[in-house]
Amino acid sequence: LTLQHHKLQPPNSKPRARAAPPTADSVLFDDTSSAAPAMNSQGYYTPGYNMAGPSNNMQGGAGPDLFADPMANAAMMYGSSLANQGKDMVNKEISRFMSVNKLKYFFAVDTRYVLKKLMILMFPYTHQDWEVRYHRDTPLTPRQDVNAPDLYIPTMAFITYILLAGMALGIQKRFSPEVLGLCASTALVWVIIEVLVMLLSLYLLTVHSDLSTFDLIAYSGYKYVGMIFTVLCGLLFGSDGYYVALAWSSCALMFFIVRSLKMKILPSLSPDSMVTGSSAKPQFRLYITVATAVFQPIIIYWLTSHLVR
Amino acid sequence: MELKSFYMAFTLYSLIQTAILCTNAIAVLHEERFLSKFGWGVDHGVGGFGDDPGIKAQILTLIRSVRTVMRVPLIIVNSACIVLLLLFG
Repeated sequence: LTLQHHKLQPPNSKPRARAAPPTADSVLFDDTSSAAPAMNSQGYYTPGYNMAGPSNNMQGGAGPDLFADPMANAAMMYGSSLANQGKDMVNKEISRFMSVNKLKYFFAVDTRYVLKKLMILMFPYTHQDWEVRYHRDTPLTPRQDVNAPDLYIPTMAFITYILLAGMALGIQKRFSPEVLGLCASTALVWVIIEVLVMLLSLYLLTVHSDLSTFDLIAYSGYKYVGMIFTVLCGLLFGSDGYYVALAWSSCALMFFIVRSLKMKILPSLSPDSMVTGSSAKPQFRLYITVATAVFQPIIIYWLTSHLVR
Repeated sequence: MELKSFYMAFTLYSLIQTAILCTNAIAVLHEERFLSKFGWGVDHGVGGFGDDPGIKAQILTLIRSVRTVMRVPLIIVNSACIVLLLLFG
């Protein structure tokens, strides 16, 4: 059972094409970065070094057949071993701060999951089962469970939003490269603020949920899909279309957030859990969920209104 | 750079500044001289064992842990900030 990662285009237009690394692995936690350069070198073999176009210079280690000179050969082998050492060291350092395996769980998506998730984000009213399924105490990967949070959609949506913002500003002739960077960092800062406030409130009210930091980042990042839809409608249909799309995506996103977080934050409705629940009254948990949901439309309006006059 | 007047443009630098200022603010809350006057001292925090502690205990634990953990890094970061601001304005 091999799953192929396609070059994935989200339904929203993205002016920049990105090549997905070809992988043949279907196992989740395998490191495919070492397999990719080998496949690249076979696919992009060029005959001579002098006749290479600019694309060849980016290939890096394109196989020892290229160099007739043995000294250059040896130097390249040495360089690649140094690079490998550096890569191992960087991996070791990074894995001290965050678990890379846990991060890989969030990026284990496929086309079907992305499409279904985008549809749920835009129209969550018909989705029945919101429970995140588990498999022997570990949550299922997004490939197998459509309710699992992932970080692929938020990341792609964030980048698409930045590009869309640049395009919207360019249409209004207000574009400059600094504004683009400012837009990007502002959106990023708002996400960070929201995640920190959520973490703080969950800690203070001693809500023992299994929401990790990455889960919260994922749920915060889902609003970018709504933002992209809103900005697109605003650009296409003028300011009426903007407000209609804002209302629609706000309601959909609020519904989605409340239903998703309700499972994780609010206590389950079994008779004994009400007795052993936290000393914080269950209404505080409800307040957190509702406050998070209400915050989404506010931030969508805040971050997109300046793009659509 | 023309932006709307109420559009708060955040840069990453302002985020770092905010983080440093907030952490400084939490770290200067002294136990004996200040917090005890409000009934938020050392002896008031630890209340509930077994069950989950309330909000006040959590906040006090947070303040104490920020003070303990971030004391040395804050000294370093603040000194670096002072030197940088003196040099580059």
